[in-house]
Amino acid sequence: MAETESLLQTPLNDLHKELGGRMVPFAGYSMPVQYPAGIMAEHLHCRSQAALFDVSHMGQAELVGDGAAAALEKLTPADVQGLKPGRQRYGLLLNAQGGIVDDFMVANLGDRLFLVVNASRKHVDLPLIESVLPAGVSLRPLPDRALLALQGPGVAALVPTSLTFMGIAAMQIAGFDVIASRSGYTGEDGLEISVPAEHAVGLAKALLAMPGVMPAGLGARDSLRLEAGLCLYGNDLDEGTSPVEANLVWSMGKRRRMAWDFVGAERVRDELDNGPKRLRVGIKPEGRQPVRAHSEIRANGATVGEVTSGGFGPSVNGPVAMGYVAREHAADGTALDLIVRDKPLPARVAPTPFQPHRYAR
Amino acid sequence: MAEMKFSKDHEWLRLEGGVATVGITDHAQNALGDVVFVDLPEVGRVVEAGESVAVVESVKAASDVYAPIAGEIVEVNAALPDNPGAINSEPTGSGWFFRIKPAGELPGDLMDADSYARFVETL
Repeated sequence: MAETESLLQTPLNDLHKELGGRMVPFAGYSMPVQYPAGIMAEHLHCRSQAALFDVSHMGQAELVGDGAAAALEKLTPADVQGLKPGRQRYGLLLNAQGGIVDDFMVANLGDRLFLVVNASRKHVDLPLIESVLPAGVSLRPLPDRALLALQGPGVAALVPTSLTFMGIAAMQIAGFDVIASRSGYTGEDGLEISVPAEHAVGLAKALLAMPGVMPAGLGARDSLRLEAGLCLYGNDLDEGTSPVEANLVWSMGKRRRMAWDFVGAERVRDELDNGPKRLRVGIKPEGRQPVRAHSEIRANGATVGEVTSGGFGPSVNGPVAMGYVAREHAADGTALDLIVRDKPLPARVAPTPFQPHRYAR
Repeated sequence: MAEMKFSKDHEWLRLEGGVATVGITDHAQNALGDVVFVDLPEVGRVVEAGESVAVVESVKAASDVYAPIAGEIVEVNAALPDNPGAINSEPTGSGWFFRIKPAGELPGDLMDADSYARFVETL
């Protein structure tokens, strides 16, 4: 089993096994896809009470020094310089062709920027960011920190904070020093909590001991984010896809769309002016059958796109998907056929999120 | 009740009155997780052993179900599409998939319960 031996482990690895987690390889890490309760129960519990996810595989880093925000803006159309202390924002790292290198979170912690990037992309992102830094700005990866996500409508009462949605601060939770942001990847209210690796187990156990908190794995994380209409890098976003195609223009700062001073701006500007060839849309298959990523999308018999994420939405109680279609087929309600095992399955373009967001704005 | 036999593809089969009832094993349902959709074969279809005849989808994955023996599909579990969770809760009971009239003798590579349990341990 050389393959499993070479997988990285998070600081919560032993706890996952104690809790009966079913471990699978993900982005080079051994991660729990589910616990004994199962994906359906974990998903529904997150929507009704609170679920704890280990997301320590994600990349955390700090950017410090005068001009850190301006330096990062070379690579992203997000407004980083306008980010107030104590606030976090979603952004995209772009390549010179305007393709998405990664999606990430950036926070202003006052004396430094705090970044969270995808596990599968940190080996690309961190050297890329490093390559644009001027003298006096430095990038410090934080491999010795774990990241826990506590998500669900019950979280605000269990861990009261003064944060509003996308607020971030250093604080104490259950006696541990953490950096917590009121954000997540489920569409629910909740916290993402960065904690030194040596305190990760203690914090996780304290959170799991709170009434109504259930551990949840990557399976529920994926079905929750899909219902919430949130993109997964590698499925819904990749280096060939632009922010305009991905329907993520909202993540670009207004100032940035005046100055066009980021890599890949030429393509983004052209697609905003002339329209992209294809667009990411929500897709609601008719009936009960889930449609998976890479399924072909047809309209009137012709191929018009591909499903990039798809599965069963436990809260929607039906199949949900997203994918890219040619622009003329992207309007809500447009009839599509999804090809599943060589058979066309009727579906319609649908607004996202499939499940309304319940953020504490 | 007739003895249950098992295939390496994790189907079970019970031969009664010249007709075999087929479903997926407890090990298979547990590996799949919460089943949300099932696609059953058409009655009257003649199948070979090892042929893909049904599809079962859980929240996280799709999986083929194979005919453990050759024969003709004579009945399907019509209640299953509306209640696919029965595959998880009663995989060898109300979670059965279809009934098949064997074409000839049962193949020799089907396992009894003890052999199947040992086979699962090797996986």
